[in-house]
Amino acid sequence: MSETLKVSVERPGPSIAVLKTDGYINNTGGEEIARRAYTLMDEGVTRLLLDLEKTKIVNSIGISILLDILEKVLEKEGRLAFCHLTPTIEKTFHIMGLAQYARLFPSSEPALIWLRGEAE
Amino acid sequence: MEGFERRELHLSIPVAPDMEIAATAQVTALGEWLDMGRDKIDEMKMAVVEACINAFEHSHTPDRRVELDFVADEDDGRLFLQIAVLDGGRGFDPAKIPLPDLAAKLKSDRKRGWGLKIIESLMDDVKIESNDRGTRILMRKYR
Repeated sequence: MSETLKVSVERPGPSIAVLKTDGYINNTGGEEIARRAYTLMDEGVTRLLLDLEKTKIVNSIGISILLDILEKVLEKEGRLAFCHLTPTIEKTFHIMGLAQYARLFPSSEPALIWLRGEAE
Repeated sequence: MEGFERRELHLSIPVAPDMEIAATAQVTALGEWLDMGRDKIDEMKMAVVEACINAFEHSHTPDRRVELDFVADEDDGRLFLQIAVLDGGRGFDPAKIPLPDLAAKLKSDRKRGWGLKIIESLMDDVKIESNDRGTRILMRKYR
């Protein structure tokens, strides 16, 4: 019953990318997100939005891989944002302290404004 | 609570990828039967996922199985769902598990180690019993 996470990518700007996930963020799902994110970062992307609208469950292994992405974004002095989190995923991110390093938004519009540097 | 009928369910899952998701289906069924809200059900599902993957990864249980007992019951008029996640592995000392700190994790190669913190934060009561014959994580959430 292994679920495969699907990731689609949009590029709203030269340094900005949106990764839309669909499915369970476990170890393999997290690795797929990381693979796509690192490819984008190699292409010059420093500002990432992870849109989890179609992800209803995560586990801590998947989240730990998201922390790897966060670490690399911060090393590049970039920005990482999340949007469309379920209340439980958002609560979990707050429990972990993730909201101190990445921004959580209800939808993609305010997230992209923040990523573009048009709002702090 | 008058007319309330306790429900119990047992599930045995193999240590295999994504089998923790099978356990979450029982949480949904019993949580909905208790008329718990969607957010509380999702929080219990996440806690069960974490307890299962802890057992999968760390217990080294010889039978390669994890047992789950679900009880929907009431305590002093308060309805609750209780979930026990058991393995027959080598156990651990919960007191020796360090509290994860994100600032330190971001500078470390090891970003893991969040499972118990997540479980304890999402559930109302959590008890961990562990010895060299196995581990039982007993967790409860009230409606």
